[in-house]
Amino acid sequence: MEQDTKAFQRVYTKLFQLTKATVSLQASGVGNEELAIVDGRPAQVVKIMDDIVTLQVFQGTEGIATDAEVIFTGKAPTLKVGDDLTGRFFDAYGSPMEGSKEIMGNEVEVGAPSVNPVRRKQPSEFIATGIAGIDLNNSLVTGQKIPFFADPDQPFNQVMAMVALRAKADKIILAGMGLTNDDYLFFKNIFDSAGALDRIVGFINTTENPPVERLLVPDMALSAAEYFAVEKNEKVLVLLTDMTLYSDALSIVSNRMDQIPSKDSMPGSLYSDLARLYEKAVQFPDGGSITIVAVTTLSGGDITHAIPDNTGYITEGQLFLRKDTDVGKVIVDPFRSLSRLKQLVIGKKTREDHPHVMNAAVRLYADAANAKTKLENGFDLTEYDERTLDFAKAYSEKLLAIDVNIEVEEMLETAYQLFAKYFSPEEVGMRQEFVDKYWKDN
Amino acid sequence: MKTTGKITGIIANLVIVETEGNVAQNEICYIKHGDELLMSEVIKIMGEKAYIQVFESTRGVKVGTEVEFTGHMLEVTLGPGILSKNFDGLQNDLNKMEGVFLKRGEYTYPLDVKKQYEFKPLAKKGDSVKAGDWLGEGTENWIPHKIMVPFKFNGNFKIKSIENKGKYKIEDTIAVLTDDDGKEHKVSMIQKWPVKVPIKAYKDKPRPFKIFETGIRVFDTLNPMAEGGTGFIPGPFGSGKTVLQHNISKNAEADLVVIAACGERANEVVEIFTEFPELDDPRSGRKLMERTTIIANTSNMPVAAREASVYTAMTIAEYYRAMGLRVLLLADSTSRWAQALREMSNRMEELPGQDGYPMDLPAIISNFYSRAGFVYLNNGETGSITFIGTVSPAGGNLKEPVTESTKKAARCFYALSQQRADSKRYPAIDSLDSYSKYLEYPEIIEYLNENLDSKWTENVHYAKDTLLRGKEVFEQINILGDDGVPIDYHIKHWKAELVDFVIAQQDAFDKTDASSSFDRQSYMLEKIVNTCKMDFEFDDFEEVGAYFKKMINQFKQMNFSEFDSDDFKKYEKAVEKTLKERRVEEGSEEDEDKAEEKSKEKKSAEPKEKDDKKESKSSESKDEDDKKESKTAKQKDKDSKSKKQKDKKSKDK
Ligand SMILES: Nc1ncnc2c1ncn2[C@@H]1O[C@H](COP(=O)(O)OP(=O)(O)OP(=O)(O)O)[C@@H](O)[C@H]1O
Ligand SMILES: [Mg+2]
Repeated sequence: MEQDTKAFQRVYTKLFQLTKATVSLQASGVGNEELAIVDGRPAQVVKIMDDIVTLQVFQGTEGIATDAEVIFTGKAPTLKVGDDLTGRFFDAYGSPMEGSKEIMGNEVEVGAPSVNPVRRKQPSEFIATGIAGIDLNNSLVTGQKIPFFADPDQPFNQVMAMVALRAKADKIILAGMGLTNDDYLFFKNIFDSAGALDRIVGFINTTENPPVERLLVPDMALSAAEYFAVEKNEKVLVLLTDMTLYSDALSIVSNRMDQIPSKDSMPGSLYSDLARLYEKAVQFPDGGSITIVAVTTLSGGDITHAIPDNTGYITEGQLFLRKDTDVGKVIVDPFRSLSRLKQLVIGKKTREDHPHVMNAAVRLYADAANAKTKLENGFDLTEYDERTLDFAKAYSEKLLAIDVNIEVEEMLETAYQLFAKYFSPEEVGMRQEFVDKYWKDN
Repeated sequence: MKTTGKITGIIANLVIVETEGNVAQNEICYIKHGDELLMSEVIKIMGEKAYIQVFESTRGVKVGTEVEFTGHMLEVTLGPGILSKNFDGLQNDLNKMEGVFLKRGEYTYPLDVKKQYEFKPLAKKGDSVKAGDWLGEGTENWIPHKIMVPFKFNGNFKIKSIENKGKYKIEDTIAVLTDDDGKEHKVSMIQKWPVKVPIKAYKDKPRPFKIFETGIRVFDTLNPMAEGGTGFIPGPFGSGKTVLQHNISKNAEADLVVIAACGERANEVVEIFTEFPELDDPRSGRKLMERTTIIANTSNMPVAAREASVYTAMTIAEYYRAMGLRVLLLADSTSRWAQALREMSNRMEELPGQDGYPMDLPAIISNFYSRAGFVYLNNGETGSITFIGTVSPAGGNLKEPVTESTKKAARCFYALSQQRADSKRYPAIDSLDSYSKYLEYPEIIEYLNENLDSKWTENVHYAKDTLLRGKEVFEQINILGDDGVPIDYHIKHWKAELVDFVIAQQDAFDKTDASSSFDRQSYMLEKIVNTCKMDFEFDDFEEVGAYFKKMINQFKQMNFSEFDSDDFKKYEKAVEKTLKERRVEEGSEEDEDKAEEKSKEKKSAEPKEKDDKKESKSSESKDEDDKKESKTAKQKDKDSKSKKQKDKKSKDK
């Protein structure tokens, strides 16, 4: 990529230290986090000691010689924002991937300060996805931040694209980090065939690009999101995939900077680094909002690893995908999934009994899990156990599976049908007023 | 003249300054970056070099930039107008900031300089006073606000003059004091205090001896908090720390509440901003927001200010305690504060302790917790800070430095269990793993028995024993199978479930169940304990679960109904009816086997007569264990069940 050459730029040609990822040189008047071009490659100031400036070169330093040209740009990373961002895909530096048409618009610094908490509004708008595992049990709300926790072999990108297309967002901003080329094309095609390209903006780092470049991608995407949400009062949905690969890039950098790693060789600042991004999710008072749906891939379902663990402490819940072998479908696991903002909408924007139906069903599903354990340990099942198992299967098939696409009201009705089919009202243990009102014996 | 310096190095938010003149550890300084001033704190001094942590982003900062030192440590401004405010970690009033986005280098005055506050003298000319003594009183919202001799005043003073009752602005002089040397000092309604130094303007700090009512049963009934006590809530993400803290802040018996949102989600703070002005304080009938102050240093704000935020909150709490108020201080999450310390310590290349945390982490944490407490003020009045912090252990594993250090410092431990959260048993506190050291304090036991119910502590222990026994038999049931154990085991298990569902579990989002008064808790505890002491008769273990589920459901409906309302009584009647179905009255005839089972049940239960109380708990449960042994053995040869089980049993041998 090329940067405009401006009058105040300073050029140096004497590097005295090179590591795999950094170069150091004598320079003056340089600002912290300033962007520079080292031998044509983008780099950023990460440390200044007296007159020694250390730069991180995003693409790595292979082949850079000590007499390479270093140009300081005098500014931190920026993005040009404007309406013609829509329908286009950009690289990690915010340059268009196809076509050379540059964006007309204001140049904004990425990674700028966040919203004053007292200027936020409490999220309260329900996002319907049609997927009951989400809408019924883990309802999403505009301004929320929530990741999918999934093993790499699960169809998280497909589910995410589905959620994005059904969510009625004004803009969908895709931040691809370490995306395979196939997945990049998948996103492009599915948005295209849904006729949604005019609502899409993409910032893409694929597996073919240097991993450290990924670190810029979410900042770019979120700056674009802020433009549409603040300037245009739009409902913006940001998709971050895959945040595990993003975090890996963070650890590469901190490692090269000789920082003391904390758990799982992640930098000690992982929590703050991730929170800085996720906290850009916001509901503005004027109607605009930024909702973040992310993907955090797990290894072997382990959520105690530093990446999902820190993520869980930051986001407002998580959606856990799991293959249910009993019904042969991928489901949204009701135990490990959670939407923390659901109580802002369920029973308020949806039918009054929604929270109670949700809890009752999950409790019965838990009973089924106990029965299953018994069965695995070789014990006889009670008649109640048998019923919970039948219920669990039907519940999984009709409500938890990710291929379900129905309205919330229908989800509730379906749940009552299943309750009545397998249990008595006492066993379900719902509030009497709702039993009186909604329970139908089949 | 103020000391100045020039920047010589920048690594993230650690900046190195070459100074000309004296600087002090923890002194505040400002980087003059263009027309922005970036607030920073000195954290290390090496010769001429001061290492400062910047409370803001250092983007664009250059070597050679001038730094100006202020001569004081990080201070808060104390005076009327703190209540209901939303501050950041450095006590900037967030509402006064302009624009939607935070701006670097924007600092706002925490109080309202123009507003007039009432002042009524409490002391008179000629009185001899010292730091913390009350000079006068005004009201802030509806809470009496004392104007005190500034905490920084050392020694004895005489009141030379004091203003009459009237309305004053916070900066107006309301009194003039003379010190021993005859020097005069003007006192206004405000004073400043460095946050890292405890305010010690009190006479005495006794052990906590009163119970602190929170309205939450897992606390009050099972592991009570003391007024002026300390507790912490560790738990994996999503297990319910924040919901629990918010619920406490809404319902607890405090005059005022200070909430430090330390490195957590902004939306959670917004929830407080949005809901508290609408919600009624259950005690005063006023709006909750009127008694609440929020220190919001959410996770997206600069890391260094996070550390400051908990100290800012503590200092504000201490200020109000010195007025004789009961203050509740909540911090969510203290782990984020510890992480901020870790980030800085790493940047300074200090020798790391466990998991990279600074070596002195345990000391820092205990120092902080020790600032809470119940105090007798110099004038004999009392005040308290009850402090509850949350801890977010990495990977949910409690064997990590922050949890372990906090465990040493706090007297109550409320363990959140992932398993309980997963099965939506909220609040997900494991009552057996948790403890309240206060339950062992004789002064607390006495207080409980005198003020609540003479049988209170006895009932509490009975309920906990029931939970424990239930846990033990449940393990047995899981090993031996449903029909591999006597029916009695199932009954024990379900009695524990009864305690769990009706006492331990509480719906934080149900308007009625969210908070339970002590009267109500005492009433329900008595009911549940009595039920647990009853004998029941079943032919077959499957009946046990179905029966208890029905009963639990009826009890839960009671929890969902207003105390003593018609609905409440209706469900209470329903419970009575259910109990009659299966309850075995004493003295009725039974066949041999059942009679034996019963007699055993009776041993551990029921003693209606007072003198039986003396029988000690431990001997009782030991007795119980012996019986269990013989019983299982008996059951084993009585009906050799399915083959699978036999295999299982032999495996266990
Ligand atoms: N008492 C409760 N009743 C009902 N639901 C609850 C209760 N406590 C927690 N929950 C559910 O669990 C979710 C997570 O709770 P909470 O936000 O308090 O977790 P946390 O421990 O603070 O997590 P983190 O460490 O990530 O901040 C809530 O959004 C809510 O859905
Ligand atoms: Mg929390």
